[in-house]
Amino acid sequence: MTALIAAHFVVAMLAPWLGRLLGHRQFWLAAVVPAAAVVWLIAQAPTVLGGGVVTEVVPWIPGLGIDLDIRIGAWQWLLAMVVSLVGAAVLFYCRSYFAEAPSQARVAGLLTAFAGAMLGLVTSDNLLSLYVYWELTTVFSYLLVGHNPLRSANRGAALTALIVTTFGGLAMLIGLIGLSVITHTTHISQMLASSVFTDPNFVTTPAAIAAALLVLLGALTKSAQVPFHFWLPGAMAAPTPVSAYLHAAAMVKAGIYLVGLVAPVAALVPGFRAVLLVLGSVTMVMGGWQALRQYDIKLLMAFGTVSQLGFMMTLCGVGTQSAALAGAGVVAAHALFKATLFMVVGIVDHSTGTRDLRELAGVGRRMPVVATVAAIAGASMAGFPPLAGFVAKEGAFESLLAIAGGDADGTGLPAGPGYLVVAAIAFGSILTVAYTLRFWWGAFAGKSPAMARTTVHPVGAGFAFAPFVLALLSVVGGFVGHGFTEAMSSWTSTFGGHEPHGLALWHGFTPALLISVGCWVVGLTLFALRDRVASGQQTFPDVYSAQEVYRAGMLATDRLAVLVTARMQRGSLPAYLGAILVVVVLLPGTITLLSPDWGTGLRWFDSIGQLAVAIVVIGAAFLAATANGRMKAVMLVGVTGYGVSLLFLLHGAPDLALTQMLVETVSLVTLVLVLRKLPKYFSDAPLRSSRWWRMALAVLVGATVSGAAYLSTVARVAEPVGARLHEYAYSFGYGKNIVNVTLVDTRAWDTFGEISVLVVAGTGVASLIYLRARSAEAKVVSPTEETVPEVRGGLVPAGRRLWLRGGVSLNPAARSMVLEMVTRLLFPVMILISLYLLIAGHDSPGGGFAGGLVAGLAIMIRYLAGGRDELDEAAPVDPGTVMGAGLALAGLSAVVPVAFGGRILQSYVIDGHIPYLSSIATPWGELPLLGEIHLVSSVFFDIGVYLVVVGLMLDLARSLGSQIDVHAETDLAPRLGSHGQRSGTTTHARLSRTRRFTPPDEDEW
Amino acid sequence: MEPSLILIILAGALVACGVYLMLERSLTRVLVGVMLASNGVNLLFLVIAGPAKAAAIIGLNDAEDMTDPLPQAMVLTSIVITLATLAFLLTMAYRSFQLNGHDEVADDVEDAQIRRLAELDEASQSYDEDDGEAPDEDTDTEIADDLQSADHREERGTP
Repeated sequence: MTALIAAHFVVAMLAPWLGRLLGHRQFWLAAVVPAAAVVWLIAQAPTVLGGGVVTEVVPWIPGLGIDLDIRIGAWQWLLAMVVSLVGAAVLFYCRSYFAEAPSQARVAGLLTAFAGAMLGLVTSDNLLSLYVYWELTTVFSYLLVGHNPLRSANRGAALTALIVTTFGGLAMLIGLIGLSVITHTTHISQMLASSVFTDPNFVTTPAAIAAALLVLLGALTKSAQVPFHFWLPGAMAAPTPVSAYLHAAAMVKAGIYLVGLVAPVAALVPGFRAVLLVLGSVTMVMGGWQALRQYDIKLLMAFGTVSQLGFMMTLCGVGTQSAALAGAGVVAAHALFKATLFMVVGIVDHSTGTRDLRELAGVGRRMPVVATVAAIAGASMAGFPPLAGFVAKEGAFESLLAIAGGDADGTGLPAGPGYLVVAAIAFGSILTVAYTLRFWWGAFAGKSPAMARTTVHPVGAGFAFAPFVLALLSVVGGFVGHGFTEAMSSWTSTFGGHEPHGLALWHGFTPALLISVGCWVVGLTLFALRDRVASGQQTFPDVYSAQEVYRAGMLATDRLAVLVTARMQRGSLPAYLGAILVVVVLLPGTITLLSPDWGTGLRWFDSIGQLAVAIVVIGAAFLAATANGRMKAVMLVGVTGYGVSLLFLLHGAPDLALTQMLVETVSLVTLVLVLRKLPKYFSDAPLRSSRWWRMALAVLVGATVSGAAYLSTVARVAEPVGARLHEYAYSFGYGKNIVNVTLVDTRAWDTFGEISVLVVAGTGVASLIYLRARSAEAKVVSPTEETVPEVRGGLVPAGRRLWLRGGVSLNPAARSMVLEMVTRLLFPVMILISLYLLIAGHDSPGGGFAGGLVAGLAIMIRYLAGGRDELDEAAPVDPGTVMGAGLALAGLSAVVPVAFGGRILQSYVIDGHIPYLSSIATPWGELPLLGEIHLVSSVFFDIGVYLVVVGLMLDLARSLGSQIDVHAETDLAPRLGSHGQRSGTTTHARLSRTRRFTPPDEDEW
Repeated sequence: MEPSLILIILAGALVACGVYLMLERSLTRVLVGVMLASNGVNLLFLVIAGPAKAAAIIGLNDAEDMTDPLPQAMVLTSIVITLATLAFLLTMAYRSFQLNGHDEVADDVEDAQIRRLAELDEASQSYDEDDGEAPDEDTDTEIADDLQSADHREERGTP
């Protein structure tokens, strides 16, 4: 079975290619798959119908109790048979239905996939995979209803079907999870066998009632029960074969299937039976009533389906053996006759071009076979003997009468409601007879001689083949009542009540037969008086329909969303941030204030140095916050950064101090590179008014942070995790610098995430500056005889090897001899230091970050001294490539241990020494050279980090240095100054509005 | 564990100055604020790490004398990420100057539009109003209806 379900999905996925290969014949191929399922099911029939079960175990997510287990008992077998048989017939029929349309690979694929999902739904033994299949059918239904999305009505219908059924589906999911929690299993078979349901105290607990009713909600929406029925007529926007399959025979039966599955135990839960009996009866009457009003024969069928679904719901929800048997009979009979009738509707529509029964006349005379097929299926629907529908309906009346009278068949229902249900079902049956006749008369009869005959293009035998076969089965079904009873007994016997008498054509003169005859007579009368009935129906007042409630609800939801968005989403960044921070102050701040842990002790400071640095940093921070000049603010932030770096050092964190110092330097360089193109002063005007509340909020947030930090420290009782790191750092990471080992080994995942962020940020910077590809920019300058004298005034003989030769393209006035000389000396030294920090970092302060930053600074110095050509000289590579290579190396070093049987990011060590290279014997003694080799594999990860950092630095230098130079030369950079015009008057107006400079004070930068 | 008060005060002060600046509209000021605040937050890790002790390097210092290395590793990550954030924000400020002549974060235009819808008592633009037609499979004449309803929607107040 699992393979068959999978085959459905495979064929569905291949549909686009099959469509190109086979054209419309692909439907035949698609029909083979459900047909194979039919054959397989027939092969299993002796086991399943003899009372056994067919099971398959397919694990999926064992940790969550989710698997794809299959368990087929009689009820599952029946539904699977319905799904596959009708599926094969409909797919076969599609070949003719779509013959004149362009390729229908989409419909073919979706229908096949739907058949697979449906088959999985009715055979699954797992609550959660049942839910997955359930929602899959919803999604396929949505896609098929939206077959023609050009009309807004169709889109609306598809969306309505989706929302209503998903709403129920989600409720059902909660119910299913509730059931699995209650019964401690996700397997349906074990759940049903669970002893908790036989405990009368348990079934009345709120948890059990809630779970059962939520599951029921899913079933009610899926099977279009009042008040969720309105999506089904709308779903008729789908092509007619789709309606025949999804919205008559298969998908809408999912709810019936689920109710039939859980009813043996759930019927004991209070409310379950009552809800089903009331809603089922109301649905049956309401559907029939509406069907009688329709002029479109397809819509008539749709309302007929709603009515029949109510009938089935009632029977399956009663929870007695004979009602369940009758329910199974109706399910089978309905699938046969309703699929047939829908296919007939499709044929009529195709051959006449209309479905309006006011326009159709004399079609039956032109298509006698189709009319006969429709008559047989219709007779089965109306419950005429000797057809399947009659047998099932007899059983239904018998079972309901058993509930109404005597001992209520074990349900405990009082007689009054029992008779009400019988009356409702009987009235529904009368309406069924009436609308069936109306349908057949409307579609096929000659009607009045005055009416013009509809032009009919008779269809081929292939078109009518599938409905013909199904109609034939309706006839056969009438004679197999006894066998059906036997076959279903393994399922029906799980219900309560008396053993059923069995389905049969003839039980003798019973009350059930009397009711049936009564229904025929009254139904025929209603049909004969159809004009008077129609005018009578017109006089009924229009009630506020469920669909209108739904629409109003959707509109209200949308309006609410607009209102909430308008109120909450002001679009102002300070407002958002302010809101977040106010919450920070209100919640954690209040909790901090009210905490009982205050005042358990503190140190004023660790050392005088700490105090001194802190005072300087606080001062710098206040000045930075109030500075008007950009450069001044940035420099003051730099002071705080260097101060923090000193604090790190004083706190025994040399790695942090080193990195912070380097980062601070890089930040300053980067800031200066950009700020040179921005105005000197901030514009203060727009926000001056809000200054005080910003200040108040800032103080409160700061106080909250301080308070929370104090509390979390003094309240701490647990031993720090890091306390034992020194043991593991060497035994697992083979490094002495615990911080570095933490970065490249213990918490390497974290570091990997971090360098990914660096790559993203670097790419972001480059794309904001370059706007187009950046790789084309890097080029090596080789000064030629033509350019050199021109630029440099002929001061250097051509052809001589130059250091910093990129600098030749600079304006001589912009060059600095001292800087160039220093750079010449510094660059190689810095690169060497960076490599040392990289390699040594595992055992002493340093590491990939520090090393990369030093190398990056070396590159930046080259740029500062020699301009952008010099930068290209120094690093003639694309920064993206460097960063990518680094990321790839880090990723590779993470996964390579797996190849050697280790875990991801596991470290290995190679110790030893290389003879002759460890030291050199000189006349003055042993000179150490390489010493003892201690190579840890995580160094490759660190090299990856190093490369990413170098790439980022290169990116910054190239984007914010070189390219901004290019912008300045090509007039792309922001032009500043008193005449802030760039592109005409509009810009000027905006500039003069927004940038009101404060006149520089004496102490401003 | 006893925290060092001066570090706590310093962290709070840095965060307060940072927040004050972050509530501005000028991107450069926001940037300065982010840098200040992140320095403050990094200091909090020192507070958590306990009293100042010696570097966490095996062989150099005894285990009892070492500061907790775990917060340090986290701060290291944070420092470098702050650099990346800074570079990106800075470039955004530059780009904003290039395009608009200023680096102020303006209010979102989309949001203003939603406010207008709210005032007009309208549904959102993605709301697909039902045109009252019966859904049907046929394609023939129905496209015209749909175009009409699209026009209708445009009249309904999309500016």
